Amino acid sequence: MKIEKVAVIGAGVMGSGIAAHVANAGVPVVLLDIVAKDAPSRSAIAEGAVARMLKEDPGPFMHRRNARRVTTGNLEDDLALVADCDWIIEAVIERVDVKRDLYAKLDAVRKPGSVVSSNTSTIPLGDLVEPLPETFRRDFMITHFFNPPRFMRLLEVVDGPDTRRDASDAVRAFCDRALGKGVVECKDTPGFIGNRIGVYWLQCAVSEAFRMGMSVEEADALIGRPAGIPKTGVFGLVDLVGLDLMPHVLASMKASLPDGDAFREYFDTPALVEKMIADGYTGRKGKGGFYRLRRDGGTRVKEALDLASGEYREARKPSLPALDAAKKGGLRALLDGDGRDARYAWTVIGKTLAYAASLVPEIADDVVAVDDAMKLGYGWKKGPFELIDELGAAWLAARLAADGHAVPALLATAGERSFYRVEAGRLEHLDTAGEYRAVTRPDGVLLLADVKRASKPVARNGSASLWDLGDGVLCLEFHTKMNAIDPGVMEMVRTAIERVADGQRALVVYNEGSNFSVGANLGLALFAANTAAWAQIEGIVRQGQETYAALKHAPFPVVGAPSGMALGGGCEVLLHCDALVAHAETYMGLVEVGVGLLPGWGGCKEMLLRAAAAPGMPGGPMPPVSKVFETVSMASVAKSADQAREMLFLRAGDEIVMNRDRVLAAAKARALALADGYAPPEPATLRLPGPSGAAALDMAVDGFAKAGKATPHDRVVAGALGRVLTGGDTDVLDELDEDALLELERSGFMTLVKHPDTLARVEHMLETGRPLRN
Amino acid sequence: MTTYTAPLDDMKFVLRELFAHERAEPLPGTDELGDDVVDAVLEEAARLSTSMLAPLNRSGDEQGCVYENGVVRTPEGFKEAYAAFAEGGWTGLGADPDYGGQGLPQSVGMLMQEMFSSANLAFSMYPGLSHGAYHAIHQWGTDEQKALYLPKLVDGSWSGTMCLTEPQCGTDLGLIRTRAEPREDGSFRITGTKIFISAGEHDLTENIVHLVLARLPDAPVGIKGISMFLVPKYLPDDDGRPGMRNGVACGSIEHKMGIKASATCVMNFDEATGFLVGRPHKGMRAMFTMMNAARLAVGVQGLAVAEASYQGAVAYARERTQGRALAGAAAPEQAADPILVHPDVRRMLLTMRTSVEGARALVGWVAHELDVAQRHPDPAARAAAEDLVSLLTPVVKAHLTDMGSECANLGVQVYGGHGYIREHGMEQYVRDARICQIYEGTNGVQAMDLVGRKLPAHTGRLLRRFFHPVAAYLESRAGDDAMAPFVGATAKALGRLQQATLTLAQRGMKDPDEAGAAAAEYLHLFALVALAYLWCRTLDAAARGGIHGEDFYRAKAHTAHFFFERVLPRSSALFAAVMGGAGAINRFRPEDF
Repeated sequence: MKIEKVAVIGAGVMGSGIAAHVANAGVPVVLLDIVAKDAPSRSAIAEGAVARMLKEDPGPFMHRRNARRVTTGNLEDDLALVADCDWIIEAVIERVDVKRDLYAKLDAVRKPGSVVSSNTSTIPLGDLVEPLPETFRRDFMITHFFNPPRFMRLLEVVDGPDTRRDASDAVRAFCDRALGKGVVECKDTPGFIGNRIGVYWLQCAVSEAFRMGMSVEEADALIGRPAGIPKTGVFGLVDLVGLDLMPHVLASMKASLPDGDAFREYFDTPALVEKMIADGYTGRKGKGGFYRLRRDGGTRVKEALDLASGEYREARKPSLPALDAAKKGGLRALLDGDGRDARYAWTVIGKTLAYAASLVPEIADDVVAVDDAMKLGYGWKKGPFELIDELGAAWLAARLAADGHAVPALLATAGERSFYRVEAGRLEHLDTAGEYRAVTRPDGVLLLADVKRASKPVARNGSASLWDLGDGVLCLEFHTKMNAIDPGVMEMVRTAIERVADGQRALVVYNEGSNFSVGANLGLALFAANTAAWAQIEGIVRQGQETYAALKHAPFPVVGAPSGMALGGGCEVLLHCDALVAHAETYMGLVEVGVGLLPGWGGCKEMLLRAAAAPGMPGGPMPPVSKVFETVSMASVAKSADQAREMLFLRAGDEIVMNRDRVLAAAKARALALADGYAPPEPATLRLPGPSGAAALDMAVDGFAKAGKATPHDRVVAGALGRVLTGGDTDVLDELDEDALLELERSGFMTLVKHPDTLARVEHMLETGRPLRN
Repeated sequence: MTTYTAPLDDMKFVLRELFAHERAEPLPGTDELGDDVVDAVLEEAARLSTSMLAPLNRSGDEQGCVYENGVVRTPEGFKEAYAAFAEGGWTGLGADPDYGGQGLPQSVGMLMQEMFSSANLAFSMYPGLSHGAYHAIHQWGTDEQKALYLPKLVDGSWSGTMCLTEPQCGTDLGLIRTRAEPREDGSFRITGTKIFISAGEHDLTENIVHLVLARLPDAPVGIKGISMFLVPKYLPDDDGRPGMRNGVACGSIEHKMGIKASATCVMNFDEATGFLVGRPHKGMRAMFTMMNAARLAVGVQGLAVAEASYQGAVAYARERTQGRALAGAAAPEQAADPILVHPDVRRMLLTMRTSVEGARALVGWVAHELDVAQRHPDPAARAAAEDLVSLLTPVVKAHLTDMGSECANLGVQVYGGHGYIREHGMEQYVRDARICQIYEGTNGVQAMDLVGRKLPAHTGRLLRRFFHPVAAYLESRAGDDAMAPFVGATAKALGRLQQATLTLAQRGMKDPDEAGAAAAEYLHLFALVALAYLWCRTLDAAARGGIHGEDFYRAKAHTAHFFFERVLPRSSALFAAVMGGAGAINRFRPEDF
């Protein structure tokens, strides 16, 4: 069964977001909602949802044109539109009667064998389809997306007892490959995996903070970073999702969880939180939450709520002995102390882990599913069972027992063993029977993490490593902070060129960080510039140019496989690759002008070459220059791989992969395909317009400046960039080779890096994370 | 007995000629001051120093301060001298005219400070501390506090102190225990013990204003929970005159190695009434206002003692005759030649002279930047100057006071046995100079401040204010053949400093011990590069000539040559030590000490 057309019923935030994401996958989608009252169009709800999504930034659509794949309508006039859909997703209000009613209507029009799924987060599957015929139940399942559907990778799926496996397999495969989701199979239990554990954890942390007298900053610091949980912690996360959402989720949990469930202890919403919700303090979307930003003149002051008084006060960075202990001794040291801080951390983390351990196999077949759900759905760096391994299952069991807490059966099963182990280079997990089983990856999923478990690096330094992917393909991995490019990375690029040339077939540049690379290490550059170490800086620029050029002209194919941000120098390395296999959520950009610089590692040159060769580019020397100038002078960043193509960061033959976990295998396959009969690119030459072209660009920038859209230093930077892109003092009759272009980049870069306004921009970026408009 | 003559020629050179370029654009509040006015002030300060303060230096050392029943008596003559000092308006020369001060720029103020400290370091402590308190209240106090206290500190009728140290906490102020409990009327009850409080109690002024660091009841632990309070010895009455005695008393005074005429007190606060200065828990920020000014002042003290010792040593080397010049008699008419002919004596004297004049140039630079930071109309220029001052403050404090001790010791050495006995006063300089390396943050702390705080601040922005002008200057002088040896040597030293800075920053990020182990040598390397730059500038200025005679500029140039030939080479050793890393320092086991 193939899924070639999809329908989504319900154009709320979730339904419309799901529809947009299906469109992102290149699949036509029908989006229906009820008939709008008092609106010019009867389909105003669905139409309005699409219009609203087009305004969001970053929005649910990876590219504006994807909106054209969405057909909007209403349930009364347009129900027939679902007739040729292979998969119909219900995302309407969480009321069983409404849903059942809708299913009956859908069942009347849908084509035989089409799948219907519900995006319910709280209603058991059995209740949903109880009155419906078996023919319907066979085609029905739950697909629970997380908000926002484009960005949240977790998709929980539940099959009913009657669900056809081949049908749900088709949906799972589609969600995995086309939508790029991390599909986790769950049992039909309240809250499935993510919200069952996640909401328990939040509620436990909030309630215990009130009970134990912890400040919100203290709680977030203790429950956040040390456990590998996003530093927003719990209160920050509740602010983000909305305080008002919590009582709804709790009410449904309360209605459906069995009496003996440990969650019952935390069903109540603290009085202060109820008052906050009533007063409109619902979090970031409201007047404020547990934190708020108060404008004090020009500066923004972060304030935190005092849980005892209910008043806001200036937020303080907590200094707690347990945090210091955790820095040295890890998670166990965090929980080991007898201070109030350690006791709080132990209560929340200990109970949450115990709760998670008590729920397998009730909510999922194995611990891997639980860990995956918490990592993909809640952004935890480690899942509950990986955290238990960090503490030691036996240690946790003993500590729970000492506290008079029941020890979950699964912990007892583990005994002295860990939930995961690496056996002969393969990751294994402990099943509920106490046996180790291999953690399996679907076909087409290749994880560098697995390669790293199974082998030693071919080469390694403090900044980057080289791994053997097999079949003659090596993988260059960056692992600096934010994967910034520093001299160590450059050195490893050169090592990679040597090693691949020595008997291997191809190179893939890839890593599994949240960002491919944020660009050159600006801190190092600024520090060097502040000490007026100009010769060193020029040396770094030159070496980067030479290294990237060597990568481009290496006698083997190089495939770049980015995900997340690929900015500045991190974008430039990709521009020197033969081909890209990009994750759909790749954000490429040459953002150097934002910090008062210009791309100096061959970025200007490569972009000019791409623009000159781009299909449909008008003739003459100026159009490619204008195109590149437009992209680079605005520091434009593509908001998806799809957009990157339009900005020439991706070329026609480059692939886009929706699922993060499938990028590496695709890149490796591409590299091998290129390796047969590979010939490196010939050295290129360009004719550029020279000073008259630069003057034209200057005039354009002047126009921006007069309109108040360009600052004084923008003009300086754009002027230097314009000079590089137009070829400096060249004449249109001259042919400039790649070295000449690199030389121009270098001198332009050096002029700018000495400028005090550039240094002010770099400093501001490093200190605030935002560009300075000087 | 040594005599002191203020080095006015060199002071005027630094003030007028060395930084002619920087001073081309006059600063608001200073341009109305004509050269003649400044000259008159300097000459009067010189006269005061020579005739009134210097004569009390030795006797003050001999007598010391005396403690009896909570009262401290300063040595004979101090009271009268202080009265004359205040009467002459010297306590308020640098202060805000709104509060009765003269508003003189720092560039002039630092020179006066140097003279007073050369003449009598212990005496200069009293007005020095008052000036620190003045600064803190001026910047952080309420309008009422300013109106009440500043005029008294400015006219010298009241004096000030800074009360930081406690028995259990010196460098680590996070350990402060002194408590401050709020009272209904908005004041605070201060209770605790402070030690090593200079000018904590004395008989020079009618009232003493203590600025005290203490902890509020709800204070966060550590350094972020400290607030600053103003605690007057006598609570001012409704007319602003000293009224009721406050609950603060001197418990004893210390018996010290040097600056014996400066009262170093144990101060007991027993439910004393105090008033919050600045915001709660932000006391460290307020205290740093005082501390930064005080650190520069201590650097000037190092310079001042070195100058006094140099003058004594030169005088002695001219008149003391021993042995013959190696190349033949220089004064055949006498039984022996003056020891000035001996190369090693000349080496010592030139080391002192180079140190002193280089230090004065460095202080002049920082003082000018302080004036820019306080008076320049452009906020960006003010911020840049503040960066530079902030960067150079630990360098000035530590390098100049280490140099002060080195010079005071060389002064004794020139005298031989006569330096070791009390009679000539040379050994007093050694004892007096010694404290400067310790107080206001030991020189080790200064080095850590430079490496651990000033270097990484804003990813090296403070460094920019130093490296960029120096590099630009060297580039601008690249074509000058006459300057080539000096510019070349400076450029080489600068290159090493750049390398050391980048290396230290990278190593320090990975392992803070690496930065800590190299900090002291790094600071001196930094100082030598700064001095090399200033000596280049000095040679430029000497070549230009100006208000002084030919002899002055010739001697200046020769002093510069000595710096480049004999002092700057030390940078090679310092560089090697910095780059060598923390290995041996970290490897050594505690039990093996």
